[in-house]
Amino acid sequence: MAELHVELVAADRQVWSGEASLVVARTSSGDIGVMPGHQPLLGVLQSGPVTIRTTGESGDGTVVAAVHGGFISFADNKLSLLAEVAELSDEIDVQRAERALERAKSEADAAAERRADVRLRAVTGVH
Amino acid sequence: MGAKLRVYKRRIRSVSATKKITKAMEMIAASRVVKAQRQVAASTPYASELTRAVTAVATGSNTQHPLTTEAENPTRAALLLITSDRGLAGGYSSNVIKAAELLTERLKAEGKEVDAYIVGRKGVSYYSFRERKVVESWTGFTDSPTYADAKAVAAPLIAAVQKDTAEGGVDELHIVTTEFISMMTQTAIDDRLLPLSLDKAAEESAEASKGEILPLFDFEPSAEDVLDALLPRYVESRIYNALLQAAASKHAATRRAMKSATDNAEELIKSLSRLANAARQAEITQEISEIVGGASALADATAGSD
Repeated sequence: MAELHVELVAADRQVWSGEASLVVARTSSGDIGVMPGHQPLLGVLQSGPVTIRTTGESGDGTVVAAVHGGFISFADNKLSLLAEVAELSDEIDVQRAERALERAKSEADAAAERRADVRLRAVTGVH
Repeated sequence: MGAKLRVYKRRIRSVSATKKITKAMEMIAASRVVKAQRQVAASTPYASELTRAVTAVATGSNTQHPLTTEAENPTRAALLLITSDRGLAGGYSSNVIKAAELLTERLKAEGKEVDAYIVGRKGVSYYSFRERKVVESWTGFTDSPTYADAKAVAAPLIAAVQKDTAEGGVDELHIVTTEFISMMTQTAIDDRLLPLSLDKAAEESAEASKGEILPLFDFEPSAEDVLDALLPRYVESRIYNALLQAAASKHAATRRAMKSATDNAEELIKSLSRLANAARQAEITQEISEIVGGASALADATAGSD
């Protein structure tokens, strides 16, 4: 089965890299799914969960990450997800995110609320 | 113990205390260099991917963007100077400040006003001592900068570039920083970040991708929007990289300065102990000659009375 190489990089580190059969990310004009052989693409990401269906060497499974702003670029079967902040779902501290969500709600900070919400969604897998 | 000897002993003690301190600082700086280098390496994938993407958009579309087009008649330039908060790093801060002075002269000769933005207390105090105007300055994070720090530095710069020159905006953005080449070599460099010179970006990207041809991208939502979003991130990432390199350079410079201070202290201790030994020997010789002189005087006196 065809596969594409994925690099998920945050500003200060490489978060994840490996082979995948499908990557779903949220761009400013809606969710986009990239499969092997997609045409070259460069898009602006919004805060949202990114779902990577892993395959090949990485084993079959799903990697979910919370991504806050950034870019998706795909060329030559190589997909790069560039994010200022990116966290894998198992790195996210759920209690902290819940606390942040409550605080953001009480302070009516829409951006912070969205960030916390994205984190929680990445953990629970609800899109 | 003679007075001379006591003075030497005291000086040796104080120099070895200093040596202990400089040795410790050397070790701390050495471990920090490694950490800072690791941070530089960790930030490289993001920076290179971003450069690639910027080149792809800028070369793959005919988009005109204020951040990529050169002003016909540039009248004002922003200069970001990256120094350190603390000294004890040899010529580190003065080298980079000197490079900034040279660049300022050059820009002024080209008829541009220079707006100074400064990172690090050393640079800030240099400018405030000379009562020069500083648009904005940041201190407190030069030893281990985070991406959030880079964002904070980049925000007013990007805003200034996007503003009209007539309303106080700038046409160009220069950055003066220290490049970390190796443990032994760090050089102060100046670099024009904006307007983006595409040839250079393309060159960098070509080096990274070994001459492969950039594909025709499909832009989501549009080339303009992507470029709008990309360029600020590009500036942030370049500033972040510069901050990290400057931090690594500062630690390397500190390590070198402290190493030579330790070596000097060792040298000083060596020559002082030679002097102390000579003083001790002189004291003993004098005592012996006094005893011998006294004894012979006594012997002469008894011989005379006989």
